[in-house]
Amino acid sequence: MIETVFSAELPVGEHLLIQKNRIVGTGGPGPRIAIVTGVHGDELEGQYVAFELARRLKSALHLLSGTVDIYPAVNPLGINSIQRGMPLFDLDLNRTFPGNGNGPMAETMTAAVMDDIRGADVCVDIHASNIFLREMPQVRINELSADQLVPLAPLLNVDFVWVHASATVLESTLAYSLNSAGTPTLVVEAGVGMRITEEYGRRLTDGILRLAAHLGAWKGDFYSAPEPIVSHDGEVSYLNAEHAGIFLPRAKHATVLHEGEVVGIIADPLSGDVVEEVRSPRAGLLFTLRAYPIVYPGSLLARILGDIQ
Amino acid sequence: MRKTTLFTLDTPYREPLSICAAEFGAPDAPRSIAVVGSTRGNEIQQTFICAQLIERLSAAEERGLLAQDARILVIPSANPFSMNIGERFWPVDHTDINRMFPGYDAGETTQRIAAGLFEAVKDCDFGISLGSYYLPGDFLTHVRVTHANAISDESLQLADAFGFPYVVSRTPSSFDTTTLNYNWQVWNTHAFTVLAKETDTINQRTATYVQNGILRFMNAMGFVQSRSMGGSLAVHIDESDLVDVRSESAGGFFLRNVESGERVVEGQTLAVVADGFDGHVRETLRAPVTGYVFFSHTAPLINQYTIAFKLVPEVA
Repeated sequence: MIETVFSAELPVGEHLLIQKNRIVGTGGPGPRIAIVTGVHGDELEGQYVAFELARRLKSALHLLSGTVDIYPAVNPLGINSIQRGMPLFDLDLNRTFPGNGNGPMAETMTAAVMDDIRGADVCVDIHASNIFLREMPQVRINELSADQLVPLAPLLNVDFVWVHASATVLESTLAYSLNSAGTPTLVVEAGVGMRITEEYGRRLTDGILRLAAHLGAWKGDFYSAPEPIVSHDGEVSYLNAEHAGIFLPRAKHATVLHEGEVVGIIADPLSGDVVEEVRSPRAGLLFTLRAYPIVYPGSLLARILGDIQ
Repeated sequence: MRKTTLFTLDTPYREPLSICAAEFGAPDAPRSIAVVGSTRGNEIQQTFICAQLIERLSAAEERGLLAQDARILVIPSANPFSMNIGERFWPVDHTDINRMFPGYDAGETTQRIAAGLFEAVKDCDFGISLGSYYLPGDFLTHVRVTHANAISDESLQLADAFGFPYVVSRTPSSFDTTTLNYNWQVWNTHAFTVLAKETDTINQRTATYVQNGILRFMNAMGFVQSRSMGGSLAVHIDESDLVDVRSESAGGFFLRNVESGERVVEGQTLAVVADGFDGHVRETLRAPVTGYVFFSHTAPLINQYTIAFKLVPEVA
């Protein structure tokens, strides 16, 4: 059943609507699982998961015990207008949780989303990368929630689980707010902005069904990926550009590199010179690789997870 | 006055980004103050205020009115790259430089820009930034202190020296911890944010008013001899004391009856929201208290659930 979570009137003949698809199984009572995506308007990988998950659940309601709420678009105006943020609002929506029901429209909206999800047995917040980077499917977990979430993360069929340090500025994310409110929330990153990678989407959909089965909510089939790598910040190397130009990758995404291997080059189209050769500082898995060619000094080119054979 | 380049960044297809400062006094002077105009590309008034401040300080320098033991840095724009193409945020990834402090010189591009600016100003005794609010609209010109740590209490008292009508204390949210103002305080700088009435338009009269306030402060702290005209006995308020007036039931045309700075009485009509199709009044926004209009939404259209006004109650 399609339900409206939040509605606000826009100036001329339109409402901003946040909607969810509430799918209730006929297999009896069970947990409530929330699947959220589209907080950032340029991250579309979750759109496929929302579609595919709803399609599979609706075709086998007897195998579902409990409720799955799917929120495909927390930032509908952003998705609609190909913007990461919300039009006419300065802050990243994912820095406004848990929201404020008496605040500006964006914060009223995030408060409504928060209130609607709060109390679910588990929540999965699906992001893609932005348009600049391509990511292997991964779950990111704040170290403060690691004890509760690390055991659940492998069920989502991701390649690895990244436990990262806590930062004050991240306390206003949806995941942090929900975890603080007692709703276990896993953040998934996969693919690249403004594109859909169906292979990743199918794996994640199966992963969500696997998680649902773990919670006793799903009795149907699902694919189980091999056990992911669990890593911490100290094992991740960042490669940033030191020169402006165009980045041309030379290594293949999602492969294991040896120390010193060329990840890519930065070329200057005006002079015809290669201005930088980017090499891997360590042996490891190339889990993030730049997808957008134009780079400035500081542009992130790659992330490498060390100590991988 | 010396024009110095604090930071440069190579950019593809354009000249390098340069953050330039007007520097008065010796680089190793024992006391220092920095004024940062804009970190966003649409903070035109803030950049203009600093440009004119440089002109006034240069005239004071020629007349020997600057303190000999002090250094003054004025940085009109930390983001000319966005300003020159009409963008508020960093045009590549739309990140906000004022959400990147203290910066990281080996990090992402806007982290490097923030680090380059912060390195130049972090050791100043006093820091003034001319910001703009995350909600678009007009403010009554005021100075605000984000209450980051123990130094903030003293900063709140020093803020009186600007002579602006209000000194606002703000309890930081988590997203404030990456602003210039917040990080200045972490580095033990007395940090002040001056919010001018306008942002993306130039108003020469209010620009002069803000410059006068900054010069009053510099005079009080012993950086410059200036007898700037006017000045108010500041009223101290906490941001949470402000009373919001929100469009609760409708979006539409926003027809405003009052300006920021006006006194309003309880029940007075501040604005109406008119239907976007047939123009009939959908909602009347009235003052819930008697007080002063501190902030006003100024756009001609308004969404439902938009903070249209913030009022300072006349009686606490």
